[in-house]
Amino acid sequence: MKRFHTSLTATVMSVLFALCLTAGQVFAADTIKLGVAGAHSGDLASYGLPTVNAAKFVVADINAAGGVLGKQVELIIEDDVCKPEVATSTATKLVTSGVDIVLGHICSGATKAAMGIYHGAGLVCISPSATAPDLTLSGDYPNFFRTIAHDKVQAELQVKFVIEKLGAKKIAILHDKGDYGKGAASLAKQFVEANPNAEVVLFEGVTSGSVSFGPIVQKVKRSRADAVIWGGYHSDASKIIRQMNKKKMKAFFVGADGLKDETFIKVAGKDAEGVYVSGPMDYSKNPLAIKAKEQHKKAYGDDPGAFYLEAYAATLAILNAVEKAGSTEYDAVVKALMTEYVETPLGKIRFDEKGDPIGVGFTMYQVRKGQFVELN
Amino acid sequence: MELEYFFELFLGGLVKGSIYALIALGYTMVYGVVELINFAHGEIYMLGAYTALIVASVLTVLGFPQLAIVVMAGLAAIIWASAYGYTVEKVAYKPLRKAPRLSPLISAIGMSIFLQNYVLLAQTDKFLPFPELIPEFEFWEPYSHIIGSPSLMILVSTVIIMMLLTYIIKYTTMGKAMRATAQDRTMAMLVGISVNKVISFTFVIGSSLAAVGGVLVASQMGQINFYIGFMAGIKAFTAAVLGGIGSIPGAVLGGLVLGMTESLATGYISSDYEDVFAFALLVLILIFRPAGLLGRNTTQKV
Repeated sequence: MKRFHTSLTATVMSVLFALCLTAGQVFAADTIKLGVAGAHSGDLASYGLPTVNAAKFVVADINAAGGVLGKQVELIIEDDVCKPEVATSTATKLVTSGVDIVLGHICSGATKAAMGIYHGAGLVCISPSATAPDLTLSGDYPNFFRTIAHDKVQAELQVKFVIEKLGAKKIAILHDKGDYGKGAASLAKQFVEANPNAEVVLFEGVTSGSVSFGPIVQKVKRSRADAVIWGGYHSDASKIIRQMNKKKMKAFFVGADGLKDETFIKVAGKDAEGVYVSGPMDYSKNPLAIKAKEQHKKAYGDDPGAFYLEAYAATLAILNAVEKAGSTEYDAVVKALMTEYVETPLGKIRFDEKGDPIGVGFTMYQVRKGQFVELN
Repeated sequence: MELEYFFELFLGGLVKGSIYALIALGYTMVYGVVELINFAHGEIYMLGAYTALIVASVLTVLGFPQLAIVVMAGLAAIIWASAYGYTVEKVAYKPLRKAPRLSPLISAIGMSIFLQNYVLLAQTDKFLPFPELIPEFEFWEPYSHIIGSPSLMILVSTVIIMMLLTYIIKYTTMGKAMRATAQDRTMAMLVGISVNKVISFTFVIGSSLAAVGGVLVASQMGQINFYIGFMAGIKAFTAAVLGGIGSIPGAVLGGLVLGMTESLATGYISSDYEDVFAFALLVLILIFRPAGLLGRNTTQKV
């Protein structure tokens, strides 16, 4: 009896499954399926959900205007919780549900895990947020594109600015021993070492939250550094800057995007004046960015979260590429991404042969009168 | 240059060390009297800094002169932190005085987490700017780059507080009662010492010292958040153990040794290993002097 029951269930299941498959194939004929993968639950959901919202707004607009290649665009959303081990099954799920292109993933680790599966299926992926340099630079992920500049771009810009614009010859690099801070500092160190006009005179990690940074500041002073590059967040930075100012040191202080936070100016007060930081370009005046933000405000009543504009741009870019390529075929889409410029909230962009965006990047800011002022 | 560099590091270590010493005194006094490691002590330090920030902000808005702000904010911090120290003892430790020694320890850790989260919720999770209560003034130019006025202020306050504390413990009735209670609580009770009062007094003094430390450090660092007590507390506790927990000169010596080691290790080796050296030193000292530098080796009473 039990056996009969099992086989009946199996039969029903397989019939249902077959029905689903046919339904899927019928569907595939008249829509373009855009898979959206990223963290939609868990600790890092706040990094992934804005991407879903952005994709929904863009797709709604495009569908209202007639779709892509005359077909409507359909979203298939899958959660990877930012975990590499989950991301592989997320990717398999998207591939089996017949997606044509993928927007995602969000976190670098999960993206690396998933990319091979998409590559095997001949799918192009575009991420709004994965910044690990080797995703594009290693060449191991030819189907990967992104609308955000990777970490090396920032370090390179920072170092170039410090050496060429500020004329620093001796550079001290400090970090907070954390993942983000040490990573940024190590990249900066590589770029300074590669430059014949300057040298790293000090490379050290400090204990975050220490009651006194006197000794390390003393050491920076002895190293006679013209500039200090800081890898880390604002709280330790403002303490170090304060002690440097107390010692009447003239060295420039340069931070990365971890410092480009209004709280830094608020807490450090007058000590923040004159500090240089690198950060994402200012998109607030771009008309598409204004429109994208307004759409979000209208629908949800608040400001969009992290990587919203990047995701908006990624969706526009990939759908534009499909339109220009005339199909969702892999080679044609890749070629279109690399050759066709597209208007996005991040400005007019296309992609280089590695998959990094051209026209998106970081810029240097200086704190002047309590404001981050963009330097050109 | 070399000598000057050493001198700068030495003074930097001295400042760091006296901050540790100020907080370590609270640990060591409480341990001496009730044999309890008060893990909520770092939080009292943080509460002192917050109180000073709030009072100073209000007084600045009302337009008080700088000196009045410093004095009143400092006093408010001391009073408020003492009140917290007193209450924490009554709520979390007194009911457990006869319990096994682990229970008050867990209670102390719980109190620490409670106070942190209480400030987090009642105030904010962000860093707040802290006004420079001790102004930068010119003195002994051109050597002020070696030690600035706020650092000097920390040194001077620590020395004054140590002297005051020594006086209280050595010559006042309360101090004598404290020492008696530390030696033998039952005996102290039998000769008519109100042990409860002595213990409360110890907590009040310890908390006041932590509050002073909190205000001095926050004023020099220029920022506070709910978590600053953790790092300061851990380091000060290390200093207290290093010097011999229960011993007051030991706490001061331990603080100075710890601060100096960190400073010199940073200066001559690498700040990456600052904590490694500090704790390696702790391990070494405990191997050769298990009771700490100035701690007395007492045989366990059975």
